[in-house]
Amino acid sequence: MAYTSQEILEGLAEIVAEETGLPTDAVVSEKSFTDDLDIDSLSMMTIVTHAEDKFGVRIPDDEVKNLTTVGDAVSYIEGAQAA
Amino acid sequence: MTDGSSGARRALRQAEPVRFSRILAVAGERGERVVTNDDVAGPIDSSDEWIRQRTGIVTRRYAAADVDVLDLAEAAARKALDAAGITGADVDVVILSTVTYFHQTPAGAAVLAERLGATPAAAYDVSAACAGYAYGIGQADALVRSGAARHVLVIGAEKMSDFVDPTDRSISFLLGDGAGAAVVGPSDTPGIGPTVWGSDGAKSQAISQTRGWADLRAEPTAGWPTLRQDGPTVFKWASFQMAPIAAKAMAEAGVEPEDVQVFVPHQANMRIIDQLVKQLRLPDSVVVARDIADTGNTSAASIPLATERLLAEGQARSGDLALQIGFGAGLVYAAQVVVLP
Repeated sequence: MAYTSQEILEGLAEIVAEETGLPTDAVVSEKSFTDDLDIDSLSMMTIVTHAEDKFGVRIPDDEVKNLTTVGDAVSYIEGAQAA
Repeated sequence: MTDGSSGARRALRQAEPVRFSRILAVAGERGERVVTNDDVAGPIDSSDEWIRQRTGIVTRRYAAADVDVLDLAEAAARKALDAAGITGADVDVVILSTVTYFHQTPAGAAVLAERLGATPAAAYDVSAACAGYAYGIGQADALVRSGAARHVLVIGAEKMSDFVDPTDRSISFLLGDGAGAAVVGPSDTPGIGPTVWGSDGAKSQAISQTRGWADLRAEPTAGWPTLRQDGPTVFKWASFQMAPIAAKAMAEAGVEPEDVQVFVPHQANMRIIDQLVKQLRLPDSVVVARDIADTGNTSAASIPLATERLLAEGQARSGDLALQIGFGAGLVYAAQVVVLP
């Protein structure tokens, strides 16, 4: 029942859109959360929390700073659900 | 169960419980000096806009240099006693919640009780940071209903500016000085719902002082301890783990969100307040305390200060049901539904 990376990207895009008001198609793998999408650390925590709930994974607070791009987050979630 | 040799032992008597308790009065005292974002932005290479966007704070209040945390506490307490129509002599217990009193011994509460003419009231300090007031209300409720005390004075008082590092970007720019006080006493009707409280010491480093006294003893030049926090971690915990605690406080009090007129969360950050409102699905009709905008984060004082303000400005009325939740360094938290005085 694991989500594919494409499903994770789509789900994450919805979460980011909900938090920021950005269109979902702006949320693509190579975009940086801070530099491209202008998401600050508090909004990032909100996104992470909703992603944890949606994908049933745990993303430790210390790990969040390593999630620079949308693709980083997709990879982390994909790996975490396998764990 | 007698000892046989000296006749029947007299039956032990325990204090007679009282059925209900309530908050009889709430009052506050803010630091006198208005400190703008521009005043604090320089040393952290920030701006008014950045601070507003991240925290919702426009100004905070600092007490004068010659005003200490007990002065703030005393001013708030006197107003609360007056509003409750009692004097210090009527107070049985003084609970002072603070993390910014300079003495570990003796407790500030005993000094404060003496100043208020409350001697020989029982007096002790509570160290529960931003949850300190809600911890105090929980204890006062239990003391009054158990019959251990008739009137309990609960004060949350902080001179946070004494523990500020102007170059710290994590928490210092949020902080303000103030005190809030409540008088809790017996009631004919339910006035304080069950307190839902707890702690999570695994996150003790999420908000803490930069060094302990032992470190300062070992290295006297290390500098005065100030406060630090891991902002994103605290934000996530406060926004998403405290909402279920507040919801549980409503459930244990037997009320639904639509029964509550007022929501008074600890004034930590406007974005935490907004997220809590969202997570709790509070109806638009609920008045939400947003005193942080011009008072800053005053730790244990924030809930009574915000409550006092809502009442003074007519946004909340006596008899309204208010959901209040404090959360902070420990980590610790406490929530309860109360009837406003």
